[in-house]
Amino acid sequence: MEKEKLLEVRDLKISATNDDGEIIPIVKGVTFDVHKGEVVALIGESGSGKTTISLASLAYTKPGLHFAGGQALLNGEDLLSIEPLRTRELRGAKVAYLAQSAAATFNPAITIGEQVTESAVLHGVMTQEEATRRAEELYHALELPEADRIGYRYPHQVSGGQLQRLMAAMALCGNPDLMVLDEPTTALDVTTQIEVLKAFKKVIQEENSAAIYVTHDLAVVAQIADHIVVLYGGEIMEQGSSDQIINNPSHAYTKRLMAAVRPTPQSGLGTEIGAEHDRDLPAVQVGNMTAGYGGIVSGEPKITILRDIDMDVKNGHVVGVIGESGCGKSTLARVIAGLLPQARGSIKLDGKELEGDLHGRKLEELQKIQFVFQMADTALNPKQVIGDIIGRPLEFYHGLKGRQKHAKVVEILEMVELPADFATRYPMELSGGQKQRINMARSLAANPEVMLCDEVTSALDSIVGANVIKLLTSLRDRTGVSFVFISHDLSTVASFADEIVVLYAGRVVEQGPTNEVLDPPFHPYTRLLISSVPELRIGWLEETMQKREMAVGIAKDVEITAVGCPFFNRCPMGIEGKCEQESPPVRNLEDGHQISCHRTIEELNQAEMEIQQVLHGYEKPGVDDSHPTAH
Amino acid sequence: MMMQMVLQRIAIGFATLIVVSVIVFLMTSVLPGDVAQIILGQSATPETLAALRKELGMDQPGYMRYFSWLGNMFTGDLGISKAGGATIESLIGGRLSNTMVMAGLVALISIPISIALGLWAAMHPGTWLDRFVTFGTLSTISVPEFFIATILVLILAVELHWLPSTAYLTGEENFFELLGALAMPLITLVIVVSAQMIRMTRAGILNVMSSPYIEMAILKGVPKRRIILRHAFFNAIGPIVNVIALNLAYLVSGVVIVETIFSYPGLAKLMIDGVQTRDLPLVQACAMIFCGTYVLLILLADIASILSNPRLRNPK
Repeated sequence: MEKEKLLEVRDLKISATNDDGEIIPIVKGVTFDVHKGEVVALIGESGSGKTTISLASLAYTKPGLHFAGGQALLNGEDLLSIEPLRTRELRGAKVAYLAQSAAATFNPAITIGEQVTESAVLHGVMTQEEATRRAEELYHALELPEADRIGYRYPHQVSGGQLQRLMAAMALCGNPDLMVLDEPTTALDVTTQIEVLKAFKKVIQEENSAAIYVTHDLAVVAQIADHIVVLYGGEIMEQGSSDQIINNPSHAYTKRLMAAVRPTPQSGLGTEIGAEHDRDLPAVQVGNMTAGYGGIVSGEPKITILRDIDMDVKNGHVVGVIGESGCGKSTLARVIAGLLPQARGSIKLDGKELEGDLHGRKLEELQKIQFVFQMADTALNPKQVIGDIIGRPLEFYHGLKGRQKHAKVVEILEMVELPADFATRYPMELSGGQKQRINMARSLAANPEVMLCDEVTSALDSIVGANVIKLLTSLRDRTGVSFVFISHDLSTVASFADEIVVLYAGRVVEQGPTNEVLDPPFHPYTRLLISSVPELRIGWLEETMQKREMAVGIAKDVEITAVGCPFFNRCPMGIEGKCEQESPPVRNLEDGHQISCHRTIEELNQAEMEIQQVLHGYEKPGVDDSHPTAH
Repeated sequence: MMMQMVLQRIAIGFATLIVVSVIVFLMTSVLPGDVAQIILGQSATPETLAALRKELGMDQPGYMRYFSWLGNMFTGDLGISKAGGATIESLIGGRLSNTMVMAGLVALISIPISIALGLWAAMHPGTWLDRFVTFGTLSTISVPEFFIATILVLILAVELHWLPSTAYLTGEENFFELLGALAMPLITLVIVVSAQMIRMTRAGILNVMSSPYIEMAILKGVPKRRIILRHAFFNAIGPIVNVIALNLAYLVSGVVIVETIFSYPGLAKLMIDGVQTRDLPLVQACAMIFCGTYVLLILLADIASILSNPRLRNPK
């Protein structure tokens, strides 16, 4: 059965003009089709041209780019050669766009309702009343709360996951023929991603709309796409049905992409570490620490973020700190670094208590704890060459100058696997992955004992991110430096951390050696996080949504509570009258594995057995159901 | 939250006024010369000087003089001009209303023109019209205002005889005579203050135009005019109202050159005269009025930016 063609992209070429007037090809002749009712995924690393190609279906190029050849036919009309006025008629009415970050894409000064209905009303598709009614229907379909009132709110008044779904409502309101979704779940927590994916998939099926789905995440693509186009450097490497690409990839690059997908978090993935860097005392000990913002009043912060945190960072170990956004992960790193003095409790370095405030710490104490920030783009001074960026801590902490300093810079560049001539380059001339290496090299130059890495791989593609992690483990093995690796991505942490600390709403709910934490029994929150990580197989999404913890756990915000267990309102096994009133006891298992829960270890084990039974008894949906297109 | 912020701004404004009053009082005490000396002339004997000082309350300790001065100021008693003997209120009264008329008229003309031109330039960035506006405003900012005033006098009064070259008011003019008399300083000031406001409006809008939500509006097929007016303008209001407030404050306090050139009897010129005659109570009163104007206008601008911020207007 051949479906009607909606969009035909024929030998599309897009070029950029640089400052010197040179023309650089970005997209080098790409051909693919989108049929009615079909989801086509464009997949590739950054720089593959996937976003640029998808924007061509809106007759749009980013500033500095221009169409250089080929055709993009929407219902037979060539988008590359139409009048500017006509492009405005098409955008929003025939083709709608969903951007990566809804938080940035919604205008902060205009109500959600007006923004959702604006396009449909402006294009005369419907009246304001009709559009408002249609929007309300979509809010219901997307399972948004208070569908009749959410339109009167401003974007900052709803959560990130809700905003992402509201953007889908904005795109769908005018009944477009084609939707372009540009990495719509990449910036989200796993639990939010799953909620958004589910809503997208449902609404795409119900509306029978066609979509172009742009992403670098194969596991996400496997859940939603019918047809996959694999891109690299502006060219198509391979394309075919999802089934074929996922289960039987033929091109070497696709296989490489598959290899970079991290396996589902489970025990036994981490590397073995030698005992050569072991010492009696942990490098950093956090003892019964409480911290927050807004000043400290009689030992309690005005707004408490972290409560009674106990954790150790052993020499030469990688401690992964995970949790959703709003759980206090970055705050923890800031307290250890002395950027935010704690209200109560202690931070010890090599057994010696540290001042809470950075300014009270000695130079050598500062030198031993180094911070690596998430965004290398903003953390590196664009006006300094790499040699100066790395040279600064060498001079500040170790008094190196001139030739000596230069030699050390070269040595450090070598450690992060970059050539010596990078010393004379500016950050702007480097790729995202290279910049992140420089970001780490700067911390490394201080010769620290502990490096605090705050989401250092989150903004990177899977392949680039995997390389940064490889570098990190090799640094740990060679130098014995410890890492506190903060991430919302459990699969990344599981692949290389030695210990894991699971934070929820500012409390440690579970911690211990990686293999223990990722083996049952689990804290219910750890279980939710593990279940939410997408797997690289078709049908995973439907299967996961059957699970009990999903029904209770997703689509809810992290709430910091003063009494009881903060996870209670998302927990499938909460005990009413107890969990929300009393702080849970810490249950000690072997090897320093701790779970903080009112449920006993036996009960948690029992729950895990039930989950496995449900999974085992559940039949995977037929391939035909998830594949509306025949091929 | 919003109310709290507004009240906080008002409190800070008030504190600023108090601090400035201390500074004004100290500065004028430091200025050389003393009123008793001026009144009695160089030939006065030390005894008569001391007697007059006592009469004027100048033998009191500094803080006492400060508090009685501040207290009088709040009750509207600005004191007696030490040079002329008239009350300060009577000296300032007419000048203040002249200044307010001029500032009000300039604001009425320049604010709408500036915002319209700024928006219009932002709507067509890079076109020759935009370049004309950018270049024109840059030139007027760089050229001193007396130069603009002189050129206007040369063309409109000396060559063309369209307008009188001075704006001296007798109080007897009818409306059209008044308008004619005010026209030249008005045009000069509109040119001077508009330049900055146009540039700020343009820059503020263009800054917002690179936001992802503007790209989204483009991709929704929203027409350019609506993008600028509905999507960009409200997000750019903060910096624009601040520049407007600063320029209005300048119209009250900083236009002495224009007032002098056109012999316009405004407040700024009165203050300069006060400095020349070492009439300290007059200088103090003028300084406090200027400072009050600044504080009030900046306060209004702050409140306007708070009100234009949806996060503060509609808390979670």
